[in-house]
Amino acid sequence: MYLPTQRTVVVVGHGMVGHRFVEALRSRDTDSTWKVVVLSEEAEAAYDRVGLSSYVGAWDRGSLALPGNTYAADDLVDLRLGTRADHVDRGARTVTTSAGEVVAYDALVLATGSYPFVPPVPGHDADGCFVYRTLDDLDGIRRAAETALARAAAEGREANGLVVGGGLLGLEAANALRLLGLTPHVVEFAPRLMPLQVDAGGGAVLERLITDLGVHVHTGAATQSIAREEDGRLAVGLSDGSALLTDLVVFSAGVRPADAVARSAGLDVGERGGVVTDITCRTSDENVWAVGEVAAVEGRCYGLVAPGYTMAEVVADRLLGGEATFPGADLSTKLKLLGVDVASFGDAMGATPGALEIVHTDATKGTYAKVVVSDDARTLLGGILVGDAAAYTTLKAYVGREVPGDPGALISPAGAELGADALPDDAVICSCNNVTKASICGAITEGACDLAALKGCTSAGTTCGGCLPTVKRLLVDSGVELSKALCEHFEQSRAELFEIVASTGIRTFSALVARYGTGTGCEICKPTVASILASTGSDHVLDGEQAALQDSNDHFLANIQRNGTYSVVPRMPGGEVTAEQLITIGEVARDFGLYVKVTGGQRIDLFGVRVEQLPAIWQRLVDVGMESGQAYGKSLRTVKSCVGSSWCRYGVQDSVGMAVDLEHRYRGLRSPHKLKLGVSGCARECAEARGKDVGVIATDKGWNLYVCGNGGQTPAHARLLASDLDDETLVRYIDRFLMFYVRTADRLQRTAPWLDSLEGGLDHLRAVVCDDVLGIADDLEAAMARHVAGYEDEWKAVLDDPVKLARFVSFVNAPEEADPTVAFDESGPRKVPVLLGMPSTRRPSHPQST
Amino acid sequence: MTTITTPFGLALAPDSAPAPARTVVRPGVLPAPGPKDWVPACAVHTLVPGRGVAVLLPGGAQAALFLLPNGMIYAVDNIDPYAGAAVLSRGLTGDRAGEPTVASPLLKQVFSLRTGVALDDPKVSIPAHSVRVQDGVVHIGLRLAGTSAVR
Repeated sequence: MYLPTQRTVVVVGHGMVGHRFVEALRSRDTDSTWKVVVLSEEAEAAYDRVGLSSYVGAWDRGSLALPGNTYAADDLVDLRLGTRADHVDRGARTVTTSAGEVVAYDALVLATGSYPFVPPVPGHDADGCFVYRTLDDLDGIRRAAETALARAAAEGREANGLVVGGGLLGLEAANALRLLGLTPHVVEFAPRLMPLQVDAGGGAVLERLITDLGVHVHTGAATQSIAREEDGRLAVGLSDGSALLTDLVVFSAGVRPADAVARSAGLDVGERGGVVTDITCRTSDENVWAVGEVAAVEGRCYGLVAPGYTMAEVVADRLLGGEATFPGADLSTKLKLLGVDVASFGDAMGATPGALEIVHTDATKGTYAKVVVSDDARTLLGGILVGDAAAYTTLKAYVGREVPGDPGALISPAGAELGADALPDDAVICSCNNVTKASICGAITEGACDLAALKGCTSAGTTCGGCLPTVKRLLVDSGVELSKALCEHFEQSRAELFEIVASTGIRTFSALVARYGTGTGCEICKPTVASILASTGSDHVLDGEQAALQDSNDHFLANIQRNGTYSVVPRMPGGEVTAEQLITIGEVARDFGLYVKVTGGQRIDLFGVRVEQLPAIWQRLVDVGMESGQAYGKSLRTVKSCVGSSWCRYGVQDSVGMAVDLEHRYRGLRSPHKLKLGVSGCARECAEARGKDVGVIATDKGWNLYVCGNGGQTPAHARLLASDLDDETLVRYIDRFLMFYVRTADRLQRTAPWLDSLEGGLDHLRAVVCDDVLGIADDLEAAMARHVAGYEDEWKAVLDDPVKLARFVSFVNAPEEADPTVAFDESGPRKVPVLLGMPSTRRPSHPQST
Repeated sequence: MTTITTPFGLALAPDSAPAPARTVVRPGVLPAPGPKDWVPACAVHTLVPGRGVAVLLPGGAQAALFLLPNGMIYAVDNIDPYAGAAVLSRGLTGDRAGEPTVASPLLKQVFSLRTGVALDDPKVSIPAHSVRVQDGVVHIGLRLAGTSAVR
C-alpha cells in the first residue's frame, strides 16, 4: 500500500545488521509510514556471516540464509541485490547506485559493515591469496584448495595453506583449511594467538592445544613478502628471516569499517575509521544513520553482531519517533575454536588500576583460567578461560559484583563450585537474550518445570546454548523434581527400561512389570515395552505375550481410521514401483472398493479396509513381490528420494538406489517415535531430506549426512553431522545414529527434541557417532546388524501362521460377517466414512466447474 | 465334548486347547441382578490374555470382550462414544490404580472395564455387560427386556 505521506528509507548494505534493521522497522511500523529500499553489494541476500565457517563441508548457501531475508511477502521492501551504493548526495538526499539509478531518501541507514584488512606486503594480491568474509571468498578458497590437493598428490607431498592473522577469524580460517584437507599454518604478529581476548598465559595454553590439532603456529612473526615460486607455490617471507612454502594464503588480519561512501559524502569519520554517530546512531547528518561494524558510536566501533543488532533496533525505534539509545555492549566472548573452548569477559587483561589476577593453569589437562579482581580482592572484574569454559556463565554473572568467599576458589578445581543459587537475582544468565536469574526463577515458579518449557517462555539458552548448564542447575536448585517415570506402572524412563531389558535379558512384559514395576500396565507402558523388545530381539511383533502389548495398529499391522476401518500402504522403497505392482494396487483398490490417495511419503494409501479383509489384501501384495508397510507405529516410515543421477540431469549420486537400500535396511525398526528418512541426489534437495530424521544429500564426492530434522507440529531442519561420506561410512554412521537414538530417547521424543536434550548437543552426537568417544559404536552397529538379519515381512508372517491369522476377524462369533456399523458415503467427490450418531458430516460439495 | 452353537450358527469346539493351568478364568464383575439372555461368544482358550474380541449380539449390537492376564473376563459395549465407531475391542487393556481399563485405539480415552465409565470424563460411560464362563465357553448376559442400545 502506498500512502501519500509515506517516506523512504534507503538501507546501504544487506548483512546481518542491515537485515535486522529492515525486520525491526517493518515489524514496528504498523502504519506503513516507511518504504524501504535495500541496496546489497553482494548478490546473496543477508546470510549468517557469524556462521560462515559452517559453509565449509556442506557448501549449502541456503542453510546460511537468514529467515525472511528476501521480504517476499512484503511489498514495502525493495531489495536490490548485486547493487552497490556508489555516491551519496546529502544535499539532494539521493543515492546513486552502481546500476546508475538515483534513489531518493528521507532517511539513509549505512549498514555497510567492514572489509578485511590486507597488509600491504609485496605480493599480497597474487593469485592464491584470499580473504575470509563472504560465501564467494569461501568458494574461491575451496577451488584453490582442491587444485592444490590434486597437485600435491601428484607431487607426492602434502598441501599447505597459510593464514595471516591468529585472531578469532584467523583460527576459524585455519580450521576451514584443515577441513578442506590442507595442513594449516597460522602466522600472528602478536606474541600470542587471539591477542585481543587472551593474555600471555592463556595464549600459551591455546597455542599448545591448537598445535596438537595439527595447526602450525608461528607467533611473533610478521608477514613481509609473498612471491610465486617456479613450482607454482607461494613463498611467504616472515620477519624472523624464514620462509614458508604454501599453496594458498588467507588474510584474516582484522577488519576495517567499510566507510568509503560515507567519507566521500563528507560525513564525520573516526580516526581509525568508522562513521561517527551519537548514542542514537545518528551521524553528523541528521538524515543519515549508521549501524553495525561501520558505525563508530561515540567514536567506538564494535566488531560483534549483538551490538549491531542493538543499533539496528535503536534506529528503527528512532525513525518511528522513539527515544531509544545505544546502551553500550558487553564484549565478552565465549567460543569454541577447532573444538577448543575460549572465553574472555569483563576486564580480561586486568587494565583496572590496582587490579589483581589469580591464575590457575593445568598443563596436563590443557586448561588455563584467570580471574581479575579489585584491589581488595572482593569484586570480580573479568577473566579468561581456555580449554574449559564451563564456569563462564556463572563467572560472567558476577562481573562487577562482590564474590562470596575466596575469589581463587572460583577457578580452582579443588574449590567448591559456585552454586547458581548464590547468584544475585539481577545476574544475567543468558546474555544472548538478556535473561536474568530472576526471570528464569519466576518462570519456574509459574510452572515451567523442564528445560524445554523454560526455553519456550524465557528464550534463555535458545541462541548459543552456553548458559543451559546454569539454567538446568537453577531448575534443580529450585526443588523441581523432574519425574522421568514412564507412567504409573514404571518409575523408570524409557531409556532406563531399555537398559534393563538389554542387560537382564527379560523378554516378557509380565516379568518386567513384576520385577521393576507395579500393576498390570497400560496403554503407555505396554507399547513402549513392546518397542524395546522389538529393538532388542527379532521375534515377530505378534509372538506370544508380545501380541497383547502392541498398540492397536501394530497389533493389526495397519493404520486405523476414524470409523474403525484400516488403511493399507504397500511398501514402495524410494517411491519406486513397477507397472505390474501399480496394476495390482489398482486392482486391489477396485476389488475392495477402497479410497485411494497418494501420501506425502511417496506411497499409495488404500482406505476403508475392514479388519477381516486385511489378510486377503496382504496376500495380493505378496503375490506380486510386494509387502505392506508401516504407515503406523513408532517405526521407520519411508525413505523419500528424488530421481537422482540415473535420470535427472543435475543429479550427482544415485539417490533412488541409496533410498531403496536404506529402506530395506531399516524397515521394521521400532523406535521411540516415527522415523522418516530422505535422500537427495544433489544440493537442490528435491527430496526435502533436511526435514527428515536422517537426511542424506549427495555431493560430487559422496554424501552429506544431516540428522534430527522433523516436520510435523514443531518443524526443525536437520543438522549436518558429517560430509562427503562414501556409501559404507554413510550407512555405518546412520546405523550408529539410529541405534543411539533408539536406546536413549524418551517415549514419543522425536529426534530434534532428543538432540536438544542431549548434553553437549550436536558436538556430542558427532563425537559419539563419528569419533566413538563412548566406545559403543561396535555395539550399536552389531545391534543394527541383528535387526537387519532378523527382519521378516511381518504381514506375510501372519498369513503363514494360522493362529495369528485367526485374529483377523470382524466378530469372534461371526468371523465373516461385515461390521454392520461400517458405512460409507460415496455421493460426494470422494468416498468418506459415515460415523455412528453422525449421519452426515459432509459439507456441501463444491460446484464442479464446466 | 460339548459343541456350542452361536446365534449365527457357528460351531465352536471349546476344549481343543485348555486355558493356562495356573490362571482361573472368571468374570471380573458379578452379574447384575435380573434375568438374562446368555449369548455364547467364544471358547475361553481362543482369547489372548490382555486383548479383546468383538462379539456380534442378536439384533445387530456388539460387545467388546476382554480376557486380562489375571484371568478376569469383562465385556463392555464395543462402540467408542467419542468416535462413533465400533473399535473398543481393539483397544489396549491395563489398569489405573488397580481399576481394569481399556483405551480406545482411536483417541485413547480410557474406560473402566468394570463400570464402563470414562475415567477422565465421568459424565461419559458405555454399557458394561455381565459375563459368565460355562463349559469353557464365555457367555455375555443381555437383559431380557432388550439389548443394549447401540444407535
